[in-house]
Amino acid sequence: MSYTEEELKKELESKEYEYGFYTDIESETFPVGLNEEIVRRISQKKNEPQWMTDWRLEAFRIWQQMEEPDWPNVNYEKPDYQAISYYSAPKKKDQYKSLDEVDPELLETFNKLGISLDEQKKLAGVAVDIVMDSVSVATTFKETLAEKGIIFCSISEAIQEHPELVRKHLGTVVPPKDNYFAALNSAVFSDGSFCYIPKGVRCPMELSTYFRINQAGTGQFERTLVVADESSYVSYLEGCTAPSRDENQLHAAVVELIAQDDAEIKYSTVQNWYPGDKEGKGGVFNFVTKRGLCHTRSKISWTQVETGSAVTWKYPSCVLKGDHSIGEFYSIAVTNNFQQADTGTKMIHLGNNTRSTIISKGISAGKSQNSYRGLVQVGSRAKNARNFSQCDSLLMGNACGAHTFPYIEAKNNTAQIEHEATTSKIGEDQIFYCNQRGIDTEKAIALIVNGFSKEVLNKLPMEFAVEAQKLLEISLEGSVG
Amino acid sequence: MLQIQNLHAQIEDKPILKGINLEIKPGEVHAIMGPNGSGKSTLSSVVAGNEDYEITQGEILFDQESINEEDAETRAHKGIFLSFQYPVEIPGVSVTNFVKTSINAARVAQGLEEMPANEMLKKIREKAALLEIDSKFLSRSLNEGFSGGEKKRNEIFQMAMLEPKLAILDETDSGLDIDALKIVANGVNTLKSKDNAVLVITHYQRLLDYIVPDYVHVLFDGRIVKSGDKELAKELEAKGYDWIKAEV
Repeated sequence: MSYTEEELKKELESKEYEYGFYTDIESETFPVGLNEEIVRRISQKKNEPQWMTDWRLEAFRIWQQMEEPDWPNVNYEKPDYQAISYYSAPKKKDQYKSLDEVDPELLETFNKLGISLDEQKKLAGVAVDIVMDSVSVATTFKETLAEKGIIFCSISEAIQEHPELVRKHLGTVVPPKDNYFAALNSAVFSDGSFCYIPKGVRCPMELSTYFRINQAGTGQFERTLVVADESSYVSYLEGCTAPSRDENQLHAAVVELIAQDDAEIKYSTVQNWYPGDKEGKGGVFNFVTKRGLCHTRSKISWTQVETGSAVTWKYPSCVLKGDHSIGEFYSIAVTNNFQQADTGTKMIHLGNNTRSTIISKGISAGKSQNSYRGLVQVGSRAKNARNFSQCDSLLMGNACGAHTFPYIEAKNNTAQIEHEATTSKIGEDQIFYCNQRGIDTEKAIALIVNGFSKEVLNKLPMEFAVEAQKLLEISLEGSVG
Repeated sequence: MLQIQNLHAQIEDKPILKGINLEIKPGEVHAIMGPNGSGKSTLSSVVAGNEDYEITQGEILFDQESINEEDAETRAHKGIFLSFQYPVEIPGVSVTNFVKTSINAARVAQGLEEMPANEMLKKIREKAALLEIDSKFLSRSLNEGFSGGEKKRNEIFQMAMLEPKLAILDETDSGLDIDALKIVANGVNTLKSKDNAVLVITHYQRLLDYIVPDYVHVLFDGRIVKSGDKELAKELEAKGYDWIKAEV
């Protein structure tokens, strides 16, 4: 197949979203709209203690006084928050003791997503928590983890079983008043994952959560809380998909990570929400707040592969509070057709000798807009803070855009901050070179994109790096011939 | 092996090749020389299947079959290799990974299995040794930050790996110092056999001291205006191209 820019463009536009199926599972869905009563009902539905209900109601009041932000470099019609249903659950909602009890339709969904629970159990040693619409439906491997004192369950369950831990940490990294979407999430979150690694324990397997929006007209507001106690280690992965729908679906999640002294958290995301069709219709609005708090000598590492969503608004951040703590952000963001992404990170250096690294790779195709937005902030008492940032953009065709918005605020003169940025384009000469070596255009693009993304792909846990690589190929290529 | 019949080609409506006739048989080495702008690189691009150029007339036959309509990768799978004058950079893709992808693409196209890893490794070692390439070089990103000489050596390394039927060397000598030139020429000569052929495109006679041609053709204004043996190259070197222009 020969290659011209025009053909490349067509090829990119014709790719299909392969997770666009809808699972016909009986669901219980709340009527649309949001008010105190709905918030109370969600809390009630979950049988939550009073403090939790109060916390939600407080968040709801804060949210009512806030305005939806419009500073990101994205354009979209703001959702009508009274037209969304805030709770939807697959109906057979008893806790599953074994996979046999799970609705076969649901299992089929998991298979389509390419996550065979069984296989993952045996081969990858990955414990999976799956959140469908609003509730957590299956957590594998719980017993194996429990032997080490590791708690890995849905956040609803954690509120019931470990209220002291949840109450102590929830909202300490991302308080409800942090931003509009965080406030909304705090009021209405219906599920998510909770993870606690005890002192000195190295979690023996990757923990994983799979999020899926299934029902129409629902929003997904999951809440994830990961606490790594002193000198512990955990690697965590989340994956996301949604059916193809004409209307936009809202996803407003909050993820909080807490790394106590000498702990390490590695948090990887492969985000593949439905991006909308090639005319830009439908797709998920992904407005997510992710932040980690680093205590002394601890380390938090965010790795994200963002290929989906119509609009992405997301800045996984690290607050480097403890001395000698380390924050890392590795990101690949792919936008195609009419997708818009405004994503990046914040590295807040508060402790002495704190270090942060930012590697951001943006790939834009079609008519998409891809922005990196990052803040590196060094507090006045943070001595010898160091940051290195590298933002690379790869463009395909002439109709897309790549933007970089780096913000640097250093209030201590011992800080060392480096920022590098490059923009390149997949050239016809590169494609021809590959073609001449017998490599077809589709494979050539995959090769170039993978090469471009390699530094970040290498940071993913091995079994997911392969998946992510495939996902990149799918996102950027149509079926040729 | 390669037959070019009355080939006319243009880029953006500008005619460059104006009736080329050339036949290359297995076991032969041909050299095409000519002044800048005579169409040397265009000829190599057109044979390799670069679609920036449009064939307006004539035929390119490879193993008796027309390849006018074949795309570049199909031509590559059939055994046509082009050593680029300006090899492109592909950041993040190692030389090893690239050459592996390339070899397996051809094998898959021919209905073969991908080459087993140990066999691949053995072959890479063998060919790297031939071109005096060390293993560090192989893990570097393709052509990124390579010197002119390294780029050309890498082209010939890929040629050695792919073992093409027809190798077109487009200005492979440019950017090479004399030591690198000898290594590259030695590589090409070692790979030569009675079953394959080489087309050397060059501006200077220098390379032809090391890769000795059976035939030398002079390209001028999109046509082959003179053909001869290796002595013609020496004559050109001595007299320059002006006498050819005068003859034409």
